Amino acid sequence: MLLLECPYCGAKCEETELSPGGEAHIKRYGPGSSDEDFEAYLFMRENPKGVHFERWRHVYGCGKWFHAARCTQSLEVFGTYAAQTFEPPQEIKDKISGKRPGWSWRDFS
Amino acid sequence: MSMRLKTGGRLLNRASQVEFNFNGKRLFGHEGDTLASALLANDQMLVGRSFKYHRPRGIVASGAEEPNALMNMGEGAKFEPNQRATTTELFEGLIVGSQNHWPSLEYDIGAVNGLFARFLSAGFYYKMFIHPRPFWKHIYEPFIRQSAGLGKAPTEKDADTYEHLYAFYDVVVIGGGVAGLQAARTAAASGASVLVMEQTAHWGGRAIVDGGEIGGQSTEDFVNDSLEKLAAMDNVTLKTRMMGAGVYDHGYLLGYERVSDHAPKATGPRHRLWRIRAGQIITATGAIERPLSFAGNDIPGVMLASALRDYVVNWGVAVGDRTVIVTNNDDAYRTAIALKQAGLDVPVILDARANGAGSLADTARDLGIRVENGKALAKVKGGKRVTGVAICAQAGSGGVLEEIACDAVAMSGGWSPVVHLYSHCGGKLNWDDQVVMFRPDLNRRPTDQNGEGFVTPVGSANGELALSAVLADATVRAKEAVNALGHKAPSTGVPEANEHGENAVEAVWLMPQGAGDKLRMKTWLDFQNDVKVSDVQLAAREGYESVEHTKRYTTLGMATDQGKLSNINGLATLADALNADIPNVGTTTFRPPYTPISMGAIAGAARDEVFQPLRQTPMQGWHDENGADYEPVGHWRRAYCYRRGAETRAQAVEREILQTRKSLGLLDASTLGKLVVKGPDAGKFLDMMYTNMMSNLAVGKCRYGLMCSENGFLIDDGVVARIDEDTWLCHTTTGGADRIHAHMEEWLQTEWWDWKVYVANMTEQFAQVAVVGPNARKLLEKLGGMDVSKEALGFMQWADGTLGGFKARVYRISFSGELSYEIAVPANEGRAFWDTLLKAGAEFDIMPYGTEALHVMRAEKGFIMIGDETDGTVIPQDLNMQWAISKKKEDFLGKRAQERSHMVSSDRWKLVGLETLDGSVLPDGSYAVAPGTNANGQRNTQGRVTSTYYSPTLGRGIAMGLVHNGPDRMGEVIEFNKVDGSLVKAKIVDQVFYDAEGAKQNV
Amino acid sequence: MQKGQSKMSNIQTAMNGVRAAGYVDVSEAPATGMITLRGDLSDAGVQKAVKSVMGAGVPATLAVKDADAGQILWMSPDELMIVCAYDQADQMIADLIAALGDTHSMVVNVSDARAVFDLEGAATPEIIAKLAPIDVKSMQTGTVRRTRFAQIPAAFWMTSNDSARIICFRSVAEYMFNQLRNSAQAGFEVGDW
Repeated sequence: MLLLECPYCGAKCEETELSPGGEAHIKRYGPGSSDEDFEAYLFMRENPKGVHFERWRHVYGCGKWFHAARCTQSLEVFGTYAAQTFEPPQEIKDKISGKRPGWSWRDFS
Repeated sequence: MSMRLKTGGRLLNRASQVEFNFNGKRLFGHEGDTLASALLANDQMLVGRSFKYHRPRGIVASGAEEPNALMNMGEGAKFEPNQRATTTELFEGLIVGSQNHWPSLEYDIGAVNGLFARFLSAGFYYKMFIHPRPFWKHIYEPFIRQSAGLGKAPTEKDADTYEHLYAFYDVVVIGGGVAGLQAARTAAASGASVLVMEQTAHWGGRAIVDGGEIGGQSTEDFVNDSLEKLAAMDNVTLKTRMMGAGVYDHGYLLGYERVSDHAPKATGPRHRLWRIRAGQIITATGAIERPLSFAGNDIPGVMLASALRDYVVNWGVAVGDRTVIVTNNDDAYRTAIALKQAGLDVPVILDARANGAGSLADTARDLGIRVENGKALAKVKGGKRVTGVAICAQAGSGGVLEEIACDAVAMSGGWSPVVHLYSHCGGKLNWDDQVVMFRPDLNRRPTDQNGEGFVTPVGSANGELALSAVLADATVRAKEAVNALGHKAPSTGVPEANEHGENAVEAVWLMPQGAGDKLRMKTWLDFQNDVKVSDVQLAAREGYESVEHTKRYTTLGMATDQGKLSNINGLATLADALNADIPNVGTTTFRPPYTPISMGAIAGAARDEVFQPLRQTPMQGWHDENGADYEPVGHWRRAYCYRRGAETRAQAVEREILQTRKSLGLLDASTLGKLVVKGPDAGKFLDMMYTNMMSNLAVGKCRYGLMCSENGFLIDDGVVARIDEDTWLCHTTTGGADRIHAHMEEWLQTEWWDWKVYVANMTEQFAQVAVVGPNARKLLEKLGGMDVSKEALGFMQWADGTLGGFKARVYRISFSGELSYEIAVPANEGRAFWDTLLKAGAEFDIMPYGTEALHVMRAEKGFIMIGDETDGTVIPQDLNMQWAISKKKEDFLGKRAQERSHMVSSDRWKLVGLETLDGSVLPDGSYAVAPGTNANGQRNTQGRVTSTYYSPTLGRGIAMGLVHNGPDRMGEVIEFNKVDGSLVKAKIVDQVFYDAEGAKQNV
Repeated sequence: MQKGQSKMSNIQTAMNGVRAAGYVDVSEAPATGMITLRGDLSDAGVQKAVKSVMGAGVPATLAVKDADAGQILWMSPDELMIVCAYDQADQMIADLIAALGDTHSMVVNVSDARAVFDLEGAATPEIIAKLAPIDVKSMQTGTVRRTRFAQIPAAFWMTSNDSARIICFRSVAEYMFNQLRNSAQAGFEVGDW
């Protein structure tokens, strides 16, 4: 059972205090968008064996959404960060590069 | 015969006699006995029957690895099957019975299966029952179900209680033997918090029985000294009767504490499941001795050598008068020596190794024990107990050299480290040919959230069998573990141990090495599931190469002991049959729990009244007292109706509806969601949340709104009230309050985080009551305090004020079609307000009504219900609710999705009313049939019923449904299927059955 | 909601002040004032308003601060819970709203939406550890934690080394009470842990 640190309150939370929210950094496409963009927005998801970025909510705690960078294979957590961002913080990307050289995920690497 | 010796038994309190009952017989043991030792003390060698052939089986082991001695334990509400006699502490009044036999343990009809053993070989079930197919259901399955399964299922509710405990430690040491205690001392010296758990009631593990000296002390003194030192430390917790059940991700560990299994009359929980987070886990779980594979190795009286030694030393129990020892390693000599020292006869030690043992052999010879090197057992003789053995050369095919009478056989095929807990979370193993075992690969330990290893096996669990090596390993590894946590272990030396020089173990997977078919068919690998050497060899011949497949084909290692004794022997047998190396055949996966844990422990406290939370409104007490017939709505229980006297539910619902429509009804609507949305951007935000416009709602007014997901589908509805310039109150459905609150927070936090909006879930702050019916206004006027006239408070308006002294917010909204007020008062005053309304409403024959009356009345009005008319695939347009979808707004959640081609298609099922021609009530969920069949040969459909009720107001059935192009087909008659296969005709009509012009609610 | 004093006789908490004696005593607190304040806690305007009305400033992350009348609990980076006397809540809300002025914020009375329980006894942390998946032993007096108690959300803080106060939703008060009472029954002591 995962242990993730909520970046808002600093609490180390076990998985049962959190609710998962799927993939992070998905861009919303609304009215006027193409069928392809809208399909990708609603349905297309990464399924990596390795580095992944996902959303979690500290639902039983401060109620805040945050992002987690972790390895889907080893469950190593590279870091958690606030959800109000369009890309992972540089320090987390650097940490991943140190541990998983050559990684890439969608547009990030 | 097995018996209690006059002396010995370090764990016994001989002064205390304990009475127990086995298969109806009254037997006696002592305090300190396990059930297994007490049974043996009473010469109860036969303890069960095997799974497939119902062969007589005796106790093989002395601990958690025992495959045979599984008992039905207790009676009635305390009954539990499959309890291990070896891990059950004896207590006064214990009642047990053996399993898997009929009519009795001694005379079992199922044993006839043994005569057909030739036909019950590996894969028997697959081969036998595959044809003819109809036989499976009517003949094979009932037969197998009747004869399958060990033990009986309990028939009564468990009388015991259980609980959980969340605990956090820097270091958890699993196993209280010398390795665990030494590791704990080392770790604790660093200041780290340490939990040490031992699955039995006693500390010290095997070392005390095995002997030796540590730092000039006996192993027993070393253990006691260590415990004393650890107990004195504040940062150390010591727990016996607690098993490490499973190791999971990120340092999560389950500790299974058997609090009162040994004292069942004590107050308190029976088991406590510790849900532990550990920084580092040290598995000092020891090793398990392997059986040897020779013919007749399952006959009662054949036992692991270490177990025989345990019974003599720990419990003063001799399994037999004359015990033949057979081994491939030096350790079994300790058993010979222990038995001899206890005054028992050891006719011979058969050592399969040509060179025999080291200094222990000299000790044995000095005691007058005959030692034969290079020798093996050709077979064990006996039925329900051992009567003798036939000796042969290990190198040959089993030519008998000599027969020796004996009543017990002690076997040792070497030792396997208990790597289960190390492996649960991904720890990898290597095969070590030198010591003939799988041992942990410390470079491939399970890793935690930081990517670092967090499980450290030490001592015998790490493949170290010699006492000095065990202590050194425990010390070094424990230091590494605490250092990894940032603690500093002080540099302490490793205590010196003195020990015998031992010769290397030799791999012996079949005895004798060239045993023929006849012997192999009597040579057991898995005692509980009846898998023999010949079965594994057959599987190999039939093409099975993977151990995982072979395991399933033969059922090797799939019994309740999960192959603790059989897996390595089975694997080696398979490797040999495939002419492959053991590492190339691989291992099976170790999964939690280590041994079965109780269902009660897993559930913990969650049963009966705390099985799950039941949410209650402030008026629940009144509902309870007034015949409420509840239905679950989310975690709430809402009154479906209030039955009076002998009324049926239907009669109650009819009474409630008629009286409400005629005069006055009262509904507890407290469960409705109430979300306050406030801020400069709240209007903009609600315009995104709802399909219709909310930003232009006037202060003091209410508006009904729809919410969709980004997929376009309806997710919730409700009335929104504008409270002030930047505050709105959004009502949600009962089940939707938490979900829609979370939905709003998600969009605010993760998409529009720069918008200035706050949301608060105020659902439970208010008790809300709907006062409904033509006399509703009269009642409120009687209470007094605020103007509720049509002029002051028109339809779809709200106002704050007081009513009968209660501060209240009053909404003029209606879900019934009647004149209706929904009144919110502070929850703590809800019950008093409800009582006040009832009292004041008596003159109008006020009628509290339940959710069914609510449903029927809304259906009579053609109002949709989320969850009835919607199912996650319905868009507002399907419900003809275009009027609630803003055309002015550029964007709202679901807008883009509703523009997809399938959503805008004219070819959709849409909402209509349905009236049966015969006035009957359409079956719920019924489908409208259409001509022809689809590609699967199923009848075509053209619609389905979404809501259907008997309308007391109209005196006939009414329904709503989604029908293909329904609104264009008014007046058409279509047919719906019924449960009995017949059809019922219904006319497509407008969905509003009652007061279509809305005259009654707008007064 | 219009101001006005409720009749005390009409006020009934979720569990009517129920009590249970065990190896830790469990009791429902009398009606308690609780106020949710939403606002950016790092905003100077919010900090000033809280200080001026409460006599104590915004607490640090996960901290509880004693104020002139009651306590201020940190709930999230943009949420405080103010605990006060039940009949003080409305006035305090009005004062806070006035002090916050144009600062983007929300202040609402949630006194009736919650139930409050007190645990008293040396083994108080043990009762919490039976229900909440957190390291309760590391909780200091003066810190608050929002977590789950078995299957329901709750917030609690240690009011001393051997007492704690727990807040949960009103509708599940009976579930909370039953869980606490069951966990605290005599004979259910964990012993050393």
